[in-house]
Amino acid sequence: MSIQSWTYIIVGVTFSIYIAIAIWSRVQSTKDFYVAGGGVGAWANGMATAADWMSAASFISMAGIISFAGYDGAVYLMGWTGGYVLLALLLAPYLRKFGKFTVPEFIGDRYYSNNARLVAVFCALLVSFTYVAGQMRGVGIVFSRFLEVDINTGVIIGMLIVLFYAVLGGMKGITYTQVAQYCVLIFAFMVPAIFISIQMTGNPIPQLGFGSEITDGSSTYLLDKLDNLNVELGFNEYTDNTKPLIDVFAITLALMVGTAGLPHVIVRFFTVKKVADARKSAGIALLLIAILYTTAPAVAAFARTNLLETISTKSYSDIPQWFKKWENTGLIKFDDLDNDGMIDYTNDDSNELYVDRDIMVLANPEIANLPNWVVALVAAGGLAAALSTAAGLLLVISASVSHDLIKRVYYPEISEKGELVAARISAFFAVCIAGYFGINPPGFVAAVVALAFGLAAASFFPAIVMGIFYKNMNKEGAICGMLAGIGLMLFYMLKFKFNFFGGGSADDYWFGISPEGFGSVAMILNFIVSFVVMRFTTPTPNKIKDIVDNIRIPEYE
Amino acid sequence: MKSKDRYNNYWRTNIKYVLTLLLIWFTFSFLFGIILKDFLNQFSIAGFKLGFWFAQQGSIYVFVILIFTYVRLMNNLDKKFGFKK
Repeated sequence: MSIQSWTYIIVGVTFSIYIAIAIWSRVQSTKDFYVAGGGVGAWANGMATAADWMSAASFISMAGIISFAGYDGAVYLMGWTGGYVLLALLLAPYLRKFGKFTVPEFIGDRYYSNNARLVAVFCALLVSFTYVAGQMRGVGIVFSRFLEVDINTGVIIGMLIVLFYAVLGGMKGITYTQVAQYCVLIFAFMVPAIFISIQMTGNPIPQLGFGSEITDGSSTYLLDKLDNLNVELGFNEYTDNTKPLIDVFAITLALMVGTAGLPHVIVRFFTVKKVADARKSAGIALLLIAILYTTAPAVAAFARTNLLETISTKSYSDIPQWFKKWENTGLIKFDDLDNDGMIDYTNDDSNELYVDRDIMVLANPEIANLPNWVVALVAAGGLAAALSTAAGLLLVISASVSHDLIKRVYYPEISEKGELVAARISAFFAVCIAGYFGINPPGFVAAVVALAFGLAAASFFPAIVMGIFYKNMNKEGAICGMLAGIGLMLFYMLKFKFNFFGGGSADDYWFGISPEGFGSVAMILNFIVSFVVMRFTTPTPNKIKDIVDNIRIPEYE
Repeated sequence: MKSKDRYNNYWRTNIKYVLTLLLIWFTFSFLFGIILKDFLNQFSIAGFKLGFWFAQQGSIYVFVILIFTYVRLMNNLDKKFGFKK
């Protein structure tokens, strides 16, 4: 059977499962809609969190990015997993005990102020919208590459599916579709990785194959070979850093703290039954995420070795079939500058080859000559990753509008039924806006998605941590801290990414830290401003201190 | 135990656990994976340079172990202080 028929079948089956789950998990109350009734088990929540978290970027792009970045790719690997330690130790159990529906709700109640709530809503919307646009685009791209439909048609199909289960089932529908989506995406990622690991090193476990000898009889280690190949072509050693280590440090920290501060991740821990389950499901989520995250660097190294060995300094006429196919999509470009018919891949002006990083995962099964159904599986996996993350983000957006803005600030008399209608309407509009950005992606989306972490690190993380661990932190301190943090982050991003305020190049970076890592600095500023302002303003009311005492201890069972 | 003492003891023990685990978290990721990377890269296990391995593999395994350790410690603590049957 052809790749395309396999893709139609596998994508069709997975989509039917998502729709069936949505119909089964229709909801009638706001508690069901926002937090799945607070009745999700630890394992189900762990799986849902893992799918919620692993986006189109994790699934499609990350291995490719690492493949080109070598050691530097560690910022994503450590940054996007280490944040779960912070979540489990510093946030999740207490927010669960607090027992409300949204992150702005915690900030608003803990800092006894609707202004704090509004600042938090603004941050949540800013972070979530930048993130969701990238997901919808991802859906469109997967559709267009594997099913040869127009990108826009792909985005619209994705919108309809998400709309169906998010509007009907709210958090409950999202949770159980995410459980299914985790299974699809991890299977789709692991199957090709295992095949390729066996081919290249004879070891079926990619995490070990990565450090094994290559099976060409030369008895050299794969990574040593890769270091040599890289150096021969004028690149840096694969296992060495290209970015300054201070920047690697700052980016890793910003991604970790940002992960712990992302509202769509935090809100997943509101859905479990009890405090102990919040801790446990954070562990399960990280375990399930780690399966993909420890495989990705192995895939990256295999793909890089494969690419350098099969393509570089080979004659264009001898090139394998998949190369020509992906050339048609524009993801691989070859320009024979010196007209010698050979592909020269180098790190300078004589380079003749352009390879899009996404291809490392999307074309890997074809490069390794895997069966057609494996290729189709990768398409279904990419869609599962993009849809699950998009749905989680859309719920945060709709809850921010219907619960934080309408119910808690502007129209508190609204009935339970009215709020549920408002939640569904906002979910509908959020999907439409996300779809619009998916079809007409603003040029800045790619630049901004990475920065969403910086924004979350600079705003939510300090405010929540101080809210739990420091009873004396008052509303003035928290609000000023959040504004200072997010203000500095926005300023730095606009200056160095969009050339506002005089712009600047990498040489002008403060402390040598790039915008991607600057969330670490903005976070520290948030803490400092909060403490200074707190010293000169009114103390926290005792009533609030009692609330904090209460969230610090688990419920009696 | 008086309820105020009980609360304070519980919270103090929790903070001690959290700080200890975060120290390990920092050591394996930022210290071994980044700050000491060049030094550790002189050593290898199997085909991995050690610093590179911590940065792309080892730290992630440590993160998983840390969370499950915390889960265990806190479940026992909850039981000891009567928050759990």
